[in-house]
Amino acid sequence: MFLKNTYNEFIKIAAKPRSYISIAAITVLVGIILFAMKIDGPAYISFITASFEQTLNFEGKIMNGNLMAFIILQMLIVQIPLLVALVTGDLISGEAAMGTIRMLLSKPISRTKVLLSKYTAGLLYTFFILLWMGFMAVIVGRWLFGDGDLMVLNSDGLVIIPANDIAWRFIGGFMIAFLALATVATLSIMLSCFSDNSIGPIVSTMSVIILFTIIGTLDVPVFDNIRPFLFTTHMAAWRSFFDNPLPIQAIKESVIILFAHIGIFLSIAIYHFNKKDILS
Amino acid sequence: MESSIISISHLAKNYGSFQAVKDVNITVNKGDVYGILGPNGAGKSTTIRCMLSLINASAGSISLFGHDIKTHRKEALSKIGCIVEKPDFYKYLSAETNLAIFGRMAGADVSKKNLHKMLSFVGLEGREKDKVNGFSHGMKQRLGIAQTLLHNPDLIILDEPTTGLDPQGIIDIRNLILNLKNEFQKTIVLSSHILSEIELIANRMVIINKGITVVEGSVQALLNQEELLVLFEVTDSKAAVNSLTTYKNIHIIDPHHFEITISKNEIPECITRLQKADILVYGVETKRKLEDYFLKLTKA
Repeated sequence: MFLKNTYNEFIKIAAKPRSYISIAAITVLVGIILFAMKIDGPAYISFITASFEQTLNFEGKIMNGNLMAFIILQMLIVQIPLLVALVTGDLISGEAAMGTIRMLLSKPISRTKVLLSKYTAGLLYTFFILLWMGFMAVIVGRWLFGDGDLMVLNSDGLVIIPANDIAWRFIGGFMIAFLALATVATLSIMLSCFSDNSIGPIVSTMSVIILFTIIGTLDVPVFDNIRPFLFTTHMAAWRSFFDNPLPIQAIKESVIILFAHIGIFLSIAIYHFNKKDILS
Repeated sequence: MESSIISISHLAKNYGSFQAVKDVNITVNKGDVYGILGPNGAGKSTTIRCMLSLINASAGSISLFGHDIKTHRKEALSKIGCIVEKPDFYKYLSAETNLAIFGRMAGADVSKKNLHKMLSFVGLEGREKDKVNGFSHGMKQRLGIAQTLLHNPDLIILDEPTTGLDPQGIIDIRNLILNLKNEFQKTIVLSSHILSEIELIANRMVIINKGITVVEGSVQALLNQEELLVLFEVTDSKAAVNSLTTYKNIHIIDPHHFEITISKNEIPECITRLQKADILVYGVETKRKLEDYFLKLTKA
């Protein structure tokens, strides 16, 4: 029954026009970035490397597909939560708004299973969105710009990763990025359980992300104790896979924090959804 | 002996300090077409939602097919098909896909053959691939009934099934409900604010007012308790009234019509007495119906 219902949920997601907004948006955004880099890439790279050129001598093809993929991921990972929330925030509240929730919850299947089916379908959708972004960034990026060593500028300085050492880092990075987006999806589904309209949970999800991000970036001592526990602090943990050496402990902590948020959000969602009176 | 498939006892539902349902008691037997009547806000829909576990009851017990809805929800709901308030579907999906989605959830056979059979039964053949977005309210109501039948449930619950339909739509749905009863031997529970619908379809009913069961029983028996206003069309109304002097509430309308307040059982006696007085009876029309009975009870 659970698998059948998850299949139902996937049919619904696949048939909704809004589900394709994310795919279209990613395609257009990545297309624009790749086009801009193809035209003005050398000037952009020179601007970034200018401060190093006095001490370092760059040889080879710096502007390659791997760098393009890294730039794209860095630019788009901020926008993807909105695209995910657009669909996952509607999963429960959309049914309430349409009135179909009455029919759905009067069937001989537990509310927990209904919610988990939707959640699973929402996660699959999130995975697909990330996969599409990965395909556009890595595959199309490499196809247009070729392979090469990846030059990453982070807070510790410049890290150069050889081309033959990059694939597993992208896979690891995508896995952490998926975990971060799964946290956003869980948050929006949880908020969706509290609402009877589609817009509320989407706006609320983005508000929570913005609020947590502001708290996380404000350099005020009062927030020092809570900052490490905010999921938004760990949403950029995918970048850790492009550090040398790999910060295993930091990655572990991010994974634990993100999983903890998923557990808390999902538990609240299940509890509330089971207790909720269906009045719509 | 009739077997009860719905048993609701002292049901109550509170929303904060507001009591939507105070004390509702319902017993539905196998094979009944059971009407739930009550003015707007009486608690009919809340009662139906509690029955389907869409709303958690504050007090009382609900047993469906011998299963407590709180503890054996799945077993109880597996034998029920329902439409609550209005049939809402995924507008962006076809009629066939909508049926398949709800059918899968109920564990029904969702083969194209079965889906098309159900759509054909409710008069939607040829519209299988059409998106529900373009369906009229009547078509959605029929699709809703098809959805209730997919898993061959024993009990069908329809909340105000004729609301918002045009006269032809009302007749279609009424016939569909009667078909479910006569051809498929389903037990049907329906609420309606069109009281004549209940009188035409139901064999048993409950009247709920202000969240309380006012009366429950056989439609026929409840109506027979009441005196009817009967209009007679005769050859000579003055002579007719003279032959019925033992009746008190009688008055002449015109030379060929008179009205009399009597119980249903007294109508044959009246006709016999008129015939003995050589007065021909051309027509007998009972004017007091369920509406009057309902209004009398709910205004009390």
